[in-house]
Amino acid sequence: MAGAPHDHDHDHIHLSETELRVRALETLLLDKGLVDGAALDALIQRYETKVGPRNGAAVVARAWTEPDYKAWLLEDGSAAIADMGFTGRQGENMVVVENTAAVHNLVVCTLCSCYPWPVLGLPPVWYKSAPYRSRAVIDPRGVLREFGTELGEEVAIRVWDSTAELRYLVLPERPAGTEDMSAAELAGLVTRNAMIGVEKVRVPA
Amino acid sequence: MNGAHDMGGMHGFGPVDAEADEPVFHAEWEKRVFALTLAAGAMGRWNIDKSRFARENRPPEQYLGSSYYELWLQGLETLLLEGGLVTAEELASGKAAGPLDNELARRVLRAEAVDPAMSRGDAYRMPETAPARFKAGDAVRVANRHPLSHTRAPRYVRGREGVIDRMHGVFVFADENAQGNKIGEHCYSVCFEARELWGPEAAAEDRVFVDLWDSHLEPRL
Repeated sequence: MAGAPHDHDHDHIHLSETELRVRALETLLLDKGLVDGAALDALIQRYETKVGPRNGAAVVARAWTEPDYKAWLLEDGSAAIADMGFTGRQGENMVVVENTAAVHNLVVCTLCSCYPWPVLGLPPVWYKSAPYRSRAVIDPRGVLREFGTELGEEVAIRVWDSTAELRYLVLPERPAGTEDMSAAELAGLVTRNAMIGVEKVRVPA
Repeated sequence: MNGAHDMGGMHGFGPVDAEADEPVFHAEWEKRVFALTLAAGAMGRWNIDKSRFARENRPPEQYLGSSYYELWLQGLETLLLEGGLVTAEELASGKAAGPLDNELARRVLRAEAVDPAMSRGDAYRMPETAPARFKAGDAVRVANRHPLSHTRAPRYVRGREGVIDRMHGVFVFADENAQGNKIGEHCYSVCFEARELWGPEAAAEDRVFVDLWDSHLEPRL
């Protein structure tokens, strides 16, 4: 029964065992000289503070405001994103797919957790979870509804299962009423979830 | 392998539980497992497909009963043992049996190398050694094979008919890479009608795109 004291105790002990195991492994690898403690901290800092969805939002905003850039982005995602300085691990080969009034794209990795790190950072827990991975391909409309995204039957859904070393970024539709906004203002509207394809970009009321 | 990781189309996991304002990591130990995995990977004793297999090659109850970074921890321990970087005795005792040899010591990822290495990433594209078997628009069927080893062809597309949507070029073939064989093959985005995969209740216009290599595919005449 969820919330029963026994379950809490069990979870607590379970977590502590994991913590101890991680601590022991880190101590061993540091002791052996296989890893450098400062490098571990640098890796964590990079993905906690430097690489995240603001990068992707800047790419989207530029595509919305520069037609030539958008054409390049859809033609050669890797090169166009590299032009913004976002390159590297888990984003070496990028494909950008465009949402329109008629087509809605959704990205998943059913087999593991493939995700475009340089533009979106590390994936959220739900993206890596069994409910999302199992249902995005068989019930995309149901999944979208859970994110508050209702699509009409006239909209075709394209689900991209990231099974190779291509990483997918959704170029969301630019919302109406944003014609006078700068790229920086537009970037502020673009959410991580919109670039995965589970939400649309909205203008705050 | 037909493991619990191959989840596309499964039922019973419930709704997607999205956390508002989610932190990048949920515990200090998750950060350490993440960083240890990336740093140890720099030793070059395994590749991305070996690491995927090390995580997914678990009994289903263990895979489904472990959190994401718990699977990374289990996978890292497996990779360290299989890669000869630590011994079972060292893992059990937590004490290093001896110093690192010079060849390995030279490979250790240093703090100043982290950003350049991560910004560079890995090379998955390969030179072409054989012509592409298919081109955009070709009708294909996914081979109905069920290897015990790593494969990136998910169960829900095996035996199913699709159309080559676009050619990605030549990439390291994941299924062989997981076994230590670095072979390049043409990789494609294959488009499947949702109804071909899930039957007449799926929306007529919906599509699922899956990236597959030459060896996964058969021509449909």
